[in-house]
Amino acid sequence: MLLIGERINGMFKDIGEAVLNQDPNPIKYWARHQYEAGAHYLDVNTGPTVLAKEQAAVMEWMVKICNESVPLPCCIDSTNPEAIEAGCSANRHGKVMINSTNADQRKMDLYLPMANKYNAAIIALTMNERGVPRSAADRAALAMEIVVNADMHGLPMEDLYIDPLMLPANVAQEHGVEVLEAIRQIKALAPGVRTTIGLSNTSQRCTNRRLLNRTFLIMCMAVGLDSAIVDMDDEALADAVTAANVLLNRDIYCDSFLKTCRYR
Amino acid sequence: MAVTIAKERWTRKVAEVLLGSGLTAVKVGGESTLPFIFSDGEIPNRPVVALEVWDMEPVDWPEPLVSSYDGVLSDPVAWAKKCVEYGADVVCLTLVSAHPDNQNTSPEECARVARDVADGVSVPLIIQGCGVEEKDARIMEKVAAALGGRNCLLGCATQKNYMAITASCMVYGHNIIASTPLDISLEKQLNILITEMNLAANRIVIDPVVGPLGYGIEYAYSIIERTRLSALAGDKMLAMPVICFVGQEAWKTREARSVTGEIPEWGSQERRAIQWELVTATTLAQAGSSLLVLRHPESLKQFKLHLNNIMQK
Repeated sequence: MLLIGERINGMFKDIGEAVLNQDPNPIKYWARHQYEAGAHYLDVNTGPTVLAKEQAAVMEWMVKICNESVPLPCCIDSTNPEAIEAGCSANRHGKVMINSTNADQRKMDLYLPMANKYNAAIIALTMNERGVPRSAADRAALAMEIVVNADMHGLPMEDLYIDPLMLPANVAQEHGVEVLEAIRQIKALAPGVRTTIGLSNTSQRCTNRRLLNRTFLIMCMAVGLDSAIVDMDDEALADAVTAANVLLNRDIYCDSFLKTCRYR
Repeated sequence: MAVTIAKERWTRKVAEVLLGSGLTAVKVGGESTLPFIFSDGEIPNRPVVALEVWDMEPVDWPEPLVSSYDGVLSDPVAWAKKCVEYGADVVCLTLVSAHPDNQNTSPEECARVARDVADGVSVPLIIQGCGVEEKDARIMEKVAAALGGRNCLLGCATQKNYMAITASCMVYGHNIIASTPLDISLEKQLNILITEMNLAANRIVIDPVVGPLGYGIEYAYSIIERTRLSALAGDKMLAMPVICFVGQEAWKTREARSVTGEIPEWGSQERRAIQWELVTATTLAQAGSSLLVLRHPESLKQFKLHLNNIMQK
């Protein structure tokens, strides 16, 4: 289970202020904190307050701070292609990840070549200009369009992370089972392709957020989810993932199995 | 019909352990592929072969072994030199006399003998205790100090005595053999316990306590194989090289000890016993063991010839 830490996002007050004041310290703190909690990637998002023309420079600045703090690759989270390119170019550790494209032809034609250029992994959302599909089958259909396009551009399947888009349990409760079925279908239809979800979407504006997130993540692991963008601050989440890896026969059991997620 | 050979793409590897220092230092492990499958990764180091020396003259050793070490069996230093002459990469000194049932030799005396052997040969040393856990903890404390700075491999640490032996390795700069009887979960657990004491993970060698050919080798094979697979898949707490005490086990067997003529169909004892040790060694190397401790010099010679062939890419 590849864990992408979600915290370095300008939507959070401390990061938003750090970006405004050009203060690297909150970014350094959360880079370190998520790394020590076991994150494999750091999602980096400038947030909505940064002007479009400044987003590329801010993204580059944020990625550099992350790289200087911890030896983790960044996941470049933006809707601005210049910001994504700047982030990809600045990343120094491991394989950078683009967050994200979707099934829109224009977007795929823009981001898939960029992924090739930077030897990047890329997250692809199973939605297009018509929105988020309702059924597992429709999600899987969009996933296959993405897979075909990726293949045409020569992107390796293991660098493609399909996100079937989880929606909040309080307003879109019927989507959970569809997402689970979509993950299963996508993994079966395109061997080698990876999957991911933005886990915190599960519980936006719900109570017991962490419990909902954690429970859904384990459900997804059982149907083959490869990675997720998560709140690394939830220790119980990391523990549940470690336990699930043992139960799914992926990691050898030992009495101190909870300690093993700290060893990379 | 064209056949596509499937290639594995491993992203992690076994840690590389350094034994000894200077020109005769030896590296063990570091593999990023399954045993001898050169197409899928790197095998930076050949399996390392050691010969075993006791700190007292063995009683009741099979004749083929005794005759190979004629004249040196009561002198560990001379015996160790003979092992190097025979082509051992490493010498393994087993402090058998320290066992309460033998001479119950003191830790201080053990350390003196270890120091003499270390001074007598330039190859790296493995020092093995007598198998009594509490005594071995005390022995290794003294041995570690006497061999301070020589980067030896000390064993065998178990769940019961690992704390003392780990501390000795940390203070005096040695590597540790982590020993658990054929249980991969316990193997992993012991490595976690040792690394939690802040001994570096690349100073640990795993001893799965193998059985020889005919006496449970299959079980040992599967444990060693699963250890390698876990290492390659990214489990850092199983990414250590594996040591096998081949000679110790093979020469206990009936097949090695039965004198020529006792069972006519079994033929010559010497040939049979050497083959028993050799096949145990080659099998465990195939499973993934990178450090093998043998006894008979002819087994060592044949094993090295085997490695010459199999290490060709």
